[in-house]
Amino acid sequence: MKYYDKLIFELSRKGRTGYSLPANRFPAAPELPVQLRREASPDLPEVSEVDVVRHYTNLSQMNFGVDTGFYPLGSCTMKYNPKVNEEIAALPGFTGLHPLMHAGLTKGALKVYQEMNKALAAITGMEAFTFDPCAGAHGELTGLMIMRQYHMMRNDLKRTKVIVPDSAHGTNPASAAVCGLEIVEVKSLENGRVDVEALKPLLDETVAGMMMTNPNTLGLFETQIKEITELVHGIGGLMYYDGANMNPLMGVVRPGDMGFDIMHLNLHKTFSTPHGGGGPGSGPVGVAAHLVDCLPDIRVSGFHGNFGVILRAYAYILMLGKQNLKKVGQYSVLSANYIKECLKDAYKLPIEGVCKHEFVFDGLINDGAHDDVHGATTLDVAKRLLDFGFHAPTIYFPLLFHQALMIEPTETESKETIDAFIDVMHEIAREAAEDPRILQEAPHSAPIKRPDETAAARNPILKFKDAQ
Amino acid sequence: MAGFPYFPHTEADVQSMLDRVGVKKVEDLYADVPKEFIKKGAYALPDAMSEPEVRAWLNGLAGMNARMKVFVGAGAYDHYTPSVIPYITSRSEFLTAYTPYQCEISQGTLRYIFEYQSMVCELTGMDISNASLYDGPTAAAEAMKMAIACTKKKTRVLLSCTLLPHVVKVVETYAKFHGVALGYVPAADGQTSFEALKAELEKGDVAGLIAPEINRYGIVEDHAGFADALHGAKALLVEYCDPSTLAVIKSPAEWGADIAVGDGQSLGIPLCFGGPYVGFMGVKKEHMRKMPGRIVGQTTDKDGKRAFVLTLQAREQHIKREKATSNICSNESLMALWVTVYLSLMGPEGLREVNRLSCDGAHYLQAELLKTGLFEDPFPGKPFLKEFVLKPKAFPGMMQQRLEKAGYFAALDTEEGYVSFCVTEQRTKEEIDELVNIVKEG
Amino acid sequence: MSKIIEGLKYSESHEWVKVEDGIAVVGVTDFAQAEMGDITYVDMPEVDDEVTAGEEFGALESVKAASDLISPVSGKVVAVNEALEDEPEKVNEDAFENWIIKVEMSDPSELDNLLDAAAYKAQIGE
Repeated sequence: MKYYDKLIFELSRKGRTGYSLPANRFPAAPELPVQLRREASPDLPEVSEVDVVRHYTNLSQMNFGVDTGFYPLGSCTMKYNPKVNEEIAALPGFTGLHPLMHAGLTKGALKVYQEMNKALAAITGMEAFTFDPCAGAHGELTGLMIMRQYHMMRNDLKRTKVIVPDSAHGTNPASAAVCGLEIVEVKSLENGRVDVEALKPLLDETVAGMMMTNPNTLGLFETQIKEITELVHGIGGLMYYDGANMNPLMGVVRPGDMGFDIMHLNLHKTFSTPHGGGGPGSGPVGVAAHLVDCLPDIRVSGFHGNFGVILRAYAYILMLGKQNLKKVGQYSVLSANYIKECLKDAYKLPIEGVCKHEFVFDGLINDGAHDDVHGATTLDVAKRLLDFGFHAPTIYFPLLFHQALMIEPTETESKETIDAFIDVMHEIAREAAEDPRILQEAPHSAPIKRPDETAAARNPILKFKDAQ
Repeated sequence: MAGFPYFPHTEADVQSMLDRVGVKKVEDLYADVPKEFIKKGAYALPDAMSEPEVRAWLNGLAGMNARMKVFVGAGAYDHYTPSVIPYITSRSEFLTAYTPYQCEISQGTLRYIFEYQSMVCELTGMDISNASLYDGPTAAAEAMKMAIACTKKKTRVLLSCTLLPHVVKVVETYAKFHGVALGYVPAADGQTSFEALKAELEKGDVAGLIAPEINRYGIVEDHAGFADALHGAKALLVEYCDPSTLAVIKSPAEWGADIAVGDGQSLGIPLCFGGPYVGFMGVKKEHMRKMPGRIVGQTTDKDGKRAFVLTLQAREQHIKREKATSNICSNESLMALWVTVYLSLMGPEGLREVNRLSCDGAHYLQAELLKTGLFEDPFPGKPFLKEFVLKPKAFPGMMQQRLEKAGYFAALDTEEGYVSFCVTEQRTKEEIDELVNIVKEG
Repeated sequence: MSKIIEGLKYSESHEWVKVEDGIAVVGVTDFAQAEMGDITYVDMPEVDDEVTAGEEFGALESVKAASDLISPVSGKVVAVNEALEDEPEKVNEDAFENWIIKVEMSDPSELDNLLDAAAYKAQIGE
């Protein structure tokens, strides 16, 4: 990747334009009263169409996507994004629909929602879905609102707590707080699973429910899930399933069958829609039959959620069909276990045994530390991977391990790609043992070296004019 | 069964991986799952389709939707999308990237977000913008939470009754569960009543007001005095705005706003049945630490080169967890790129031209409709741009059905018994004349 | 080995207290600043805010972490160290020189619940 150093504002020349609009054939409308008129013109760039295309093409070349190479970012399920999905989402029969058009004018779009509702219900074992949430965290929030709504509708107002495992995604406690719930953390056992004995004393009639992801953020299946759901249901609480880790269960296990009452899915993870550099996503929320009545009053986005994303996921589900669904789960799990077994001679595997779609190493076995030389950290391994043309795994999450390195290959990577990654990870481990400074100074070949993040936070420059 | 294009595994690959893992078959990798939870029998899903079949099926569904000439706004506007935008946003380096956690190979994403933030600040006049929120209504809900967080110990936020209905519904949902008491400021003469606002402030405990720059009747509101009154009560002014109009009408900063929010959809994003769109938020510098969402900042790398990073992350959910201002994680990054490319192409003059065309067309339509004698102007003389409401004198009969039949989506019924119209630069004089004729013929 | 000053009072959450003319001067310990790494922001209360022993009164932020500041005493804030607003790095440079808030104590006997230098030293394992 080459370095390109322009901002669009720096290409601006007064009088240049990049637009083309029809001639005005209307009589001039009356002018706005002076007190409603803008005083100073906004300093937007003035550039030609060619300038715009070259600039953003150059910027794109400083970026790495799934189409560029292997992206083993744990918990993010960076699978291949099929191109037919993009074509479908761009059909004018869909993009031209105004969200307030009534059912008679939008039969095709409504059919997409109905079919998606059926398909997601079949895949998850839930009864019905709302498609309003625009991302995973948005889905969590919506799901927790449904949880509270359920208790409120039963006039059970003392339930203000939600139990969250200490290995949970950071969004879980944040979503609970936004929903006005108090978070109670339950700790994990040595084997990475929820400590059921520690859970029991936390359960009483003030608990609205419990949030879990299964497999959990260590990629481990919560083997005592049945006992946990029975305990939580026993005190009148509801079970929430964080669908961020749904991929390994595709076609094999359904959250509804495990006893979950509410869940969200990340269509931009499990259902192949592109992540777009941080959205748009879609986080539909499914509920069991006894919660369907809680859905209608909860409006978390302006219209019908991210329809364009839902369309892409629908195309993907049609391609998979009932025949290929199971392979998603199985291949994602096989690939993760294969990488884990191949690399555990060089990286610390804190918890042995079969994992699901992802797993966590706790840093290098030999970090190369000697005399006055610091050892290579997980951050250094991640940065060195970039030099070899791979995206880095998720690092320093979950918080249970100090040097967490969380790897998720997904089902769409070939054995050749995975083997190449394994070779590079071994190479990096060898480099670390010999001279960790190679890692510490990485990346060497990216468009930039490591940036000064402390300076960025101490003296924030957050827009073009701040820098001038 | 034939292979599947998204699974590269050959049988030999699977076997050698199984051997390395030390299990006999793939099912053994689920041995830790209690047997009762392994799904038995087939999933109730359709049979797998080939790509041509998927394409044909979805083309069919797209064809079941009506293709209309859109004369309705109400929060989603049919502005023109320049050809360049989908080409840029479909570049897979942008499209298929995750959130820019590894900044060294994400400078493309980080730079366009920085440009987006700069443009939001230019349009709104605010000091700081975040990297985007889901949509306009959720941005308003985030602003409500932020008003509470910025004004210690206050529990009440005021909503103007002139906000668009879909904004009100989302804010109400968030307020109910977040524990915020909402107060409502009624309209007087088609705009947020200043007298009613002052009366609400008298009651005390107000953290802020959310009011629209252009309201549900299309009227450009006059917010003179709002900021002073609110600041006098130690409360914040939140302006909800349509960014497409901000090159023309007073900016939120010029009204003295503390927070500006709205939906970026009007900046060239297709209607697409309501999403994906993009929420934006601009704030005054003193509220920077309470702002939700990702923020990109400029710094330098080890060699002194200009570099961009996600910054001020200590505000966010992955660090602050339950103490974070917001739970937002993924936002609408690609739609922020969409808006950034749009604003780059249009520049200040292009935005003004879009407004001239839309505004002149809307005024022409309003005049022609009033000439039919079938409508009254409920707010005569009130300033509007591209959107307006009329009161039908008699029951409009089958007007909407006749319009629909001719391919016009127009005259949207409002809660107040008006019908609402919107004209963008995409609407031609011929279309407007035909629309008026159809209305007349009833 | 982090610096510990004799004669000050310490909390288990790594704040120090020095009493000057009946006013409690509160900061964080050298150990705490080292654990945080480069401090990028000090979130402080406002003058006249009430603080309560054992409850948070602000936070330290670094690039990748945030840590609550827990008040070792109860009372009214009479001063905040405004120099830290623009130069949070001063806490890294000398955590004992650069106090964070001054508190007019409502219950000076709370000081007795805090650790002395030796006990704090033992707590941080040095």
